[in-house]
Amino acid sequence: MREYLPVLMFLAVAIAFAAGTIGLSSIIVPRRSNARKMSAYECGVEPVGNARARFSVKFYLVAVLFILFDIEAVFLYPWAVTFRQLGLVGLIEMMVFIVILLIGYLYLLKKRALEWD
Amino acid sequence: MTQIWSNPDVQFVVWALVKIVVILFAMLGVVSYLIYAERKIAGHIQARTGPNRVGPLGLFQPIADVLKLFFKEEFMPAEANKVIFHIAPILAVVPALVTFSVVPFGPSPALVVTDVNVGLLLFLAMSSLGVYAITLGGWSSNNKYALLGGMRSSAQMISYELAMGLSTIGVLILAGSLSLSSIVAAQSHWWFVVFQPLAFIIFMLTAFAETNRAPFDLPEAEAELVAGFHTEYSSMKFGMFFLGEFMNVIAICAIAVTLFLGGWNGPGPPGLGMLWFVLKLSVLLFCFIWVRWTFPRLRYDQLMNLGWKVLLPAALLNIVLTAVAVYWGSHR
Repeated sequence: MREYLPVLMFLAVAIAFAAGTIGLSSIIVPRRSNARKMSAYECGVEPVGNARARFSVKFYLVAVLFILFDIEAVFLYPWAVTFRQLGLVGLIEMMVFIVILLIGYLYLLKKRALEWD
Repeated sequence: MTQIWSNPDVQFVVWALVKIVVILFAMLGVVSYLIYAERKIAGHIQARTGPNRVGPLGLFQPIADVLKLFFKEEFMPAEANKVIFHIAPILAVVPALVTFSVVPFGPSPALVVTDVNVGLLLFLAMSSLGVYAITLGGWSSNNKYALLGGMRSSAQMISYELAMGLSTIGVLILAGSLSLSSIVAAQSHWWFVVFQPLAFIIFMLTAFAETNRAPFDLPEAEAELVAGFHTEYSSMKFGMFFLGEFMNVIAICAIAVTLFLGGWNGPGPPGLGMLWFVLKLSVLLFCFIWVRWTFPRLRYDQLMNLGWKVLLPAALLNIVLTAVAVYWGSHR
């Protein structure tokens, strides 16, 4: 586990660098704000309503599809690394897996889940 | 005192810290001059000269830009979600930087911060984290353009991440390891781009989309969304998004060189390894800039269609072809 320590150290250094730069800059920058400046930017006109509005449900659909496919992709990594040891059994097993994946994908296409217009 | 320094654990930690700090400052320098290079190349592509006022050939331009950003007035929308608004720019830089902890810059173990045996997974995990900065930054600004930019971008990035993850599997089958050093060592005779041309094309296309670069820069499509997710960001917080974008470009190019272009492998003595790595990285970075200033932006439905209906099936096909070819090759 020793070799993971530098990754954590890099994480700490990166956070310290980013937070430190932003913090240092925010101490010295001028602040002359007023209500107009603090309002949301909408091309110079008065902001209409709130930005916490509803948005298209399509985005949720993409998120759910991503999770499904990504979990399936995760299964492919250990298989790919040990592929040469697994031999014919490994090849056939993964072909079956990919065919199942493909059936789900064709179902998505048929249901027009990936259409954006 | 000498006893502390002779302790191998202390030496390990100090040595790692030295490498981390060197990479951090080297990256800052590289990003500064990558931005300069981008502006210069963009200028020449559009038949103008680019920055040429600050210092000889405009070489001090990046320094002037950073100083300007550092002293700029900072403000935040009154209705913004304050905590998340402050955290998002930090999240933009951190994952890109952490990726460099596993990139092998040269043949010697001293030229990689740490050789984790799941290096490629670490890269994929970090590139997944990059989406948080943009989504949270866009959402917390409480600005309609920022929200739309953030939403578009998160949908775009997760769609292309699938194809990117799947395109690396062919390389894993050939190398039989997730450690980036082993993957580079496996390419000592033939670079993997020779056996995996389809995967390389898919990886580079998704790399453009993952880093939000043109022709996939939908989240910050300035003609329709002002500046997208960073519309409300100013001063060094905007600077962090900018820095994060360019660091992501360098990180993803470094991984592309490692996976497909043989990493530090090249003719000549092993001492030249780092030079080869830098040379290949520069060629890919030039391509990134070249593409940005040559191709028009895609429409959003075209972008999602390309990701889900072309790149994803192509990546799956590549896995099947590679698996069958490797099996056939080893059992002839």
